Amino acid sequence: MQLDVRMPIGLLFGFLGFVLAVYGLFSDRDIYRVSLGINVNLGWGLAMLIFGVVMFFFGWKSRRAV
Amino acid sequence: MSLTIIDGVIILAYLIFTVSVGAVLKRYTRTSTDFFLAGRAIPAWVCGLAFISANLGAQEVVGMAASGAKYGIATSHFYWIGAIPAMVFVGLFMMPFYYGSRARSVPEYLRLRFDEKTRAVNAISFAIMTVFSSGISMYAMARLLQSLHVLDSPFAYFHVSASYVFDVSVIASAVIVLAYVLLAGLISAIYNEVLQFFLIVAGFVPLVFLGLKNVGGWGGLVERLPRAYTHAWQGLSNAGSNPLGVDWFGLVMGLGFVLSFGYWCTDFLVVQRAMAADSMEAARRTPLIASVPKMFFPFLVILPGLIAIALPNQAAVEGASPRTSAAAAVSPRIGRGIIPAKIDERTGQPELDAQGQPVLDYDLAVPNMLLHYFPPGLLGLGLVALLASFMSGMAGNVTAFNTVWTYDIYQSYIHRGASDAHYLWMGRMATIFGVAFSVLAAYVALRFNNIMDVLQLVFAFVNAPLFATFLLGMFWRRATGHGAFCGLVLGTAGAALHQGFTLPAGAQAGLNGGWLGAVVHHYPSQMAQNFWTAIWAWSVCFFTTIFVSLITRPRKESELVGLVYSLTDRIREKHLVWYKRPVSLGIAVLLMAAILNWVFW
Repeated sequence: MQLDVRMPIGLLFGFLGFVLAVYGLFSDRDIYRVSLGINVNLGWGLAMLIFGVVMFFFGWKSRRAV
Repeated sequence: MSLTIIDGVIILAYLIFTVSVGAVLKRYTRTSTDFFLAGRAIPAWVCGLAFISANLGAQEVVGMAASGAKYGIATSHFYWIGAIPAMVFVGLFMMPFYYGSRARSVPEYLRLRFDEKTRAVNAISFAIMTVFSSGISMYAMARLLQSLHVLDSPFAYFHVSASYVFDVSVIASAVIVLAYVLLAGLISAIYNEVLQFFLIVAGFVPLVFLGLKNVGGWGGLVERLPRAYTHAWQGLSNAGSNPLGVDWFGLVMGLGFVLSFGYWCTDFLVVQRAMAADSMEAARRTPLIASVPKMFFPFLVILPGLIAIALPNQAAVEGASPRTSAAAAVSPRIGRGIIPAKIDERTGQPELDAQGQPVLDYDLAVPNMLLHYFPPGLLGLGLVALLASFMSGMAGNVTAFNTVWTYDIYQSYIHRGASDAHYLWMGRMATIFGVAFSVLAAYVALRFNNIMDVLQLVFAFVNAPLFATFLLGMFWRRATGHGAFCGLVLGTAGAALHQGFTLPAGAQAGLNGGWLGAVVHHYPSQMAQNFWTAIWAWSVCFFTTIFVSLITRPRKESELVGLVYSLTDRIREKHLVWYKRPVSLGIAVLLMAAILNWVFW
């Protein structure tokens, strides 16, 4: 009947995940000394991006069904 | 430590997004029911996540890590004993009356079940409380941003002095919450709360991951900490042998029964989320769904505190991680792990307790962990998680306030029988005034810290007896309005008297208790005193209500149908598949909580 909450969640997580992952790809390795040498921006950014896409997909599907 | 552009982009995206959600939802908000109750059209899982998120304010996120650092894993009692059973109870047994009676708020239920004066006491104290608690959390958040100095360089870039960080944080957060609540009311608050829930999880999961990896997993953490820190129940047979300073009876009755049921079952802030559900089954499932993430939140919010205290002291590893010490407001040279000592603002020296030991500033556990582990990028996300927790808590207070003000105070005592459009307008006005008063309260907290401590104490007295009133109201048809009213008043007085005549060990008479002159009893800790104050208040209210009810005239039973358990038809749920039935969900949740208690025994 109204906007499915999964769509805004999907959009925001997709955007934030994308930004983090891209930043992770191009950032200087030096900044990851604090995070035990792990490129957390890339890893977690991708995870958030996937979560966002899945959320958006299900929100979109339920909208079509109504 | 200063924010980089990438952090700024992430924070800005979040802020713009929250307001846009309100703007998109605006067209669904036409009547006052839409504004205050989200049109009663929200699916259960959305209500459930909003239910948990409204409770997950900044004080919860920052405060639980602080107690984790102070008391260890025993802090999880606030979840596994102090929340889960009450959440199951409110879902299974109380929601049928809240939702089924068509009351629009918790005070309105009291009006239907008891009488006008009982509602008035509850509505007015609740309205004042919500405004002040959102003010206090706004204050806490702004102080945190100020002491982290993360905004100093962006401010310098715009040639603004860093001394305005407090003001800008307070005003900006107030304006954003105001904007999205004003636009679409409860539905916008709920949608944002669900969003904020996921953001809090997204910000804290990598923190716990990195922290645990660093200390060598759970096993490594256990090795680095004293035994009492990693066991929740051992030592609870005696108040002297555990860090909380309470015994198991005080914990189970005071926290697990009185305080927790009083909060989860009667506080409109959370109950409002369930009342917005689209059906009775959904309303009953709301707290049950909420209890599942609630159960696992200790791993996200308490563990960072434990890790912060377990890390080697910064003085010893100077240079290994230069950021924390340079970044944090206070050098953690004196302190434990990465938690610094509190600094006396007048002298610039660490504060010392009665034994001459430095007092640690546990509230910096989470912020220091973020600065310690997060590189630019993820740091922005971590700050978004903090902001999100703060905003969800504040919006929860604001939406509960505008509803109680409009329905229970304005419509009942000031302006009856106006058009729906008028009350919708009033709700929007109440939102503006509520936020404005919260901002004012934040500044009062800044100027006069003591006033806030007194107020929080008074709120604790008012809240402590509440659950006795609701329990008797819902499950004893003989309870009367006079009984409920006297019970509430005397219960509050009982709490004040008990607190006034007792004192935690080692504390001075004053706000800590003992202000009535004589000290009758010394408790081993402040927490023990709080729990017992609650037990006293509850018992006084319970027995007073019964006594006064028996000597006053009962109400006609026909008037109580739908409001009292024994006069209301049982809800049939045979048409639901077994795993969708609230009862089976409730049993599953309790089992899981029992297992967690056993694992961390």
